[in-house]
Amino acid sequence: MVKWSRFNIASIVFGFAFLYLPIVLLVIFSFNESKLVTVWAGFSTKWYVQLLHNQALLDAAWVTVRVGLISATVATVLGTLAALAMTRYTRFRGRMLFSGMIYAPLVMPEVITGLSMLLLFVAIGFDRGFWTLTLAHITFTMCFVAVVVQSRLLSFDRSIEEAAMDLGATPVATFLQVTLPVIAPAVFSGWVLAFTLSLDDLVISNFTSGPGATTLPMKIYSQVRLGVTPEINAVCTILIGIVAMGVLIASVVSRRREVQRVKDEQAAFAL
Amino acid sequence: MSKFGSAIFNRLVIIIPYAWLTIFFLAPFFIVLRISLSETAIAMPPYLPVFNLADGISGLVDKLGELSVANYVFLAGDALYTNAYISSLKIAVISTIATLLIAYPIAYGMAKAPTTVRATLLMLVILPFWTSFLIRVYAWIAILKPEGLLNQLLLTLGVIDEPLIILNTNWAIYIGIVYSYLPFMVLPIYSSLEKMDHSLTEAALDLGCTPIRAFWRVTFPLSMPGVIAGCMLVFIPAVGEFVIPDLLGGSETLMIGKTLWNEFNANRDWPVSAAVATILLLILVVPIMFFQHAQAKADGEGR
Repeated sequence: MVKWSRFNIASIVFGFAFLYLPIVLLVIFSFNESKLVTVWAGFSTKWYVQLLHNQALLDAAWVTVRVGLISATVATVLGTLAALAMTRYTRFRGRMLFSGMIYAPLVMPEVITGLSMLLLFVAIGFDRGFWTLTLAHITFTMCFVAVVVQSRLLSFDRSIEEAAMDLGATPVATFLQVTLPVIAPAVFSGWVLAFTLSLDDLVISNFTSGPGATTLPMKIYSQVRLGVTPEINAVCTILIGIVAMGVLIASVVSRRREVQRVKDEQAAFAL
Repeated sequence: MSKFGSAIFNRLVIIIPYAWLTIFFLAPFFIVLRISLSETAIAMPPYLPVFNLADGISGLVDKLGELSVANYVFLAGDALYTNAYISSLKIAVISTIATLLIAYPIAYGMAKAPTTVRATLLMLVILPFWTSFLIRVYAWIAILKPEGLLNQLLLTLGVIDEPLIILNTNWAIYIGIVYSYLPFMVLPIYSSLEKMDHSLTEAALDLGCTPIRAFWRVTFPLSMPGVIAGCMLVFIPAVGEFVIPDLLGGSETLMIGKTLWNEFNANRDWPVSAAVATILLLILVVPIMFFQHAQAKADGEGR
């Protein structure tokens, strides 16, 4: 084994410092007494207290959470189906187009996705608002779910499915009782990913939402344009906290599942 | 019954997501194309003529006659748009190369790390990806400002005598893109380096290669799939980036994503923004297909 050199360690330390320092500074300055975000003037939580009285911001947060919950859930169902279609049915008409529609949204500039979806809603006469926003979020997040679930399905041992089928289970029963429990951690992390992507999105939301459906990123963006304030830092810190917690829970759940799976397998072999 | 049920299940698995993506992802592009060929109007929606199914086939033929390439002629004639496309491509290329140069050593270090810490390192690379893009870009404003944290630090250390002007220049955009897209570059490179058979490098070393030569002749070529995937993941979205040039760039910064946004939101010129989007899509179609191909191949190998 080639050894872990000083150069390797230095590049990792430098890289992680680069990745984390800006976020850490942002969090620190959300607790700044002064209105300036570059000069430290003592610890204070007043910006957080101020947030609680900002009704417009709280409304935006509520819209964001609702859109996130609905769109992540629908996107997880659609994305899981898409992943199944991609891995189980290698030959069907239009498969190339299908995989193109799964991968393209991952890299497609958001201004294009946003604009095109808006023009669709206008063309079919669908008033812009909460539901157009949700539909747009489902569409772009389901592809991320599909990719996450697909990578799990590729390493899936299909013989247990075949065993279930041989024993007389219907495809639906096989899917629900055999496949789904195995891929559940991937489906769950797909959901968390879809939720956070929906929570974050600014560009697509700006195109597809209408009056009365302002999301938190849209609100933050309009305030950021006016300047950097500790209040925005405080909102951002809360969002970072929520996401970090979600990721932590997701990783603990999937690790526990993994341990359980290994145990089950060992038990099965012991029989 | 069971046969019948299974056939329906199999079909639904494909049809439901297929139909969804066709309606909400593919069909809108045709509408964009359609509207890019129509004329601007002061109305709601602000374009003419409106595609109308009620007109039937003959109506459709009539409408086809009204299609106009005026928006494209307008785009080609206005240097602002041409410059915006060129400058977006230039910024995206420079940022992609810079991201690669920074990400590779990190991915390489991670792949060589002891197995016990690898999972943690991987987690640490993925984590920023989950935090809001907008927030991560916003965090840099306070750092790069003339009276910001970076300048304060450099002035205190005596490295510089007067504040560097970074915010609202292209430098800030490069930093923003490299920072935001770094995990997208690190992850694919890491996964291709991790899969690599280390005995190949050892063989090269045993046969008398210097470590540097062994890296360039063995390790780097073997990591090419990861490098290509990473570059596509950074380059394609970077070309159409809006948030970074808008928040970190200056008034003279031209990027097509920002131009499109302004055309749409400020000028409310939908046909022209649709034309801008169509051309951007045409520019990106080759890299996107390249990415899809590479991705599908990588998934095929994972079998």
